Amino acid sequence: MPNFHAKVFVSLRPSVLDPAGEAAKSAALRLGINGINKLRIGKSIELDITASSEEEAKNSVEVLSDRLLANPVIENWTFELHQSDLDSDI
Amino acid sequence: MTVGIVVFPGSNCDRDVKWALKDCLGIPADFLWHESRDLTKFDAIVLPGGFSYGDYLRCGAIARFAPVLDSLIDFVKNGGKVLGICNGFQVLTELGLLPGALTRNKDLHFICNTVDLSISSYRTDWFANYQFGENIKLPIAHGEGRYQCNSDTLKQLEDEDSIAIRYMNNPNGSMGDIAGITNKNGNVLGMMPHPERATDSLFGQIDGAKILKSLLSN
Repeated sequence: MPNFHAKVFVSLRPSVLDPAGEAAKSAALRLGINGINKLRIGKSIELDITASSEEEAKNSVEVLSDRLLANPVIENWTFELHQSDLDSDI
Repeated sequence: MTVGIVVFPGSNCDRDVKWALKDCLGIPADFLWHESRDLTKFDAIVLPGGFSYGDYLRCGAIARFAPVLDSLIDFVKNGGKVLGICNGFQVLTELGLLPGALTRNKDLHFICNTVDLSISSYRTDWFANYQFGENIKLPIAHGEGRYQCNSDTLKQLEDEDSIAIRYMNNPNGSMGDIAGITNKNGNVLGMMPHPERATDSLFGQIDGAKILKSLLSN
């Protein structure tokens, strides 16, 4: 069965205050970086999965993202998926 | 009549709850390991505070899949009383037994303090024994206690009279000053403050005692 690599990105919904992002934004100013209007912190999760097809891998990662990796009450998620067997650099 | 106290890896208020129930209030209580599915010997369940599964991913996100919680869903459906304290409240929202979510405190601080609370609803057993209009003091200790939900959920909570307690001086940015909510049936209560730390007059407060006593009252 083919192997797939997925990168899941989890971010707080735009309506949810991100105090950690606000704190990082104020630290950026102390670093001397000006002009940052918005800074929000999320999570990136990488995983390898074996599945019979890309469609099956996609379905699995969707369920995983929606039910475990993110809490849809406060977070949004997206992901990228590609067949890792085809990577020329592996 | 016995209260079950769920012990997850990383729970750290489980023994406090047992001490408060048994030693302070004389209520029979026993620990319940997170891998157990058998709730038959228990008449009420407490999900205690702490850092279940290290709070990895999100508070309560991993605990939600513990075998004991499969049984807890049926227990709640059958009208069993469940109290989630602090991390236990976070687990109840992740599990979907209570709406909304608990997120990082507005000012990022871990807050360890005693706070003034107003009782918002006397609809359920949990607060039926408090005086109408009574304000209470309970300890809080959390970094992620900011209650968050969408406006439809907030309206539903208000319409169903399910907002149990509110902060008098909101310490963490919770929507609607919410410190604790119940489900519609009233048998599930989730709250960030720790009633088990206010059951002995030596500690200066006993405002939590009536909440714990109501675990076994009908």
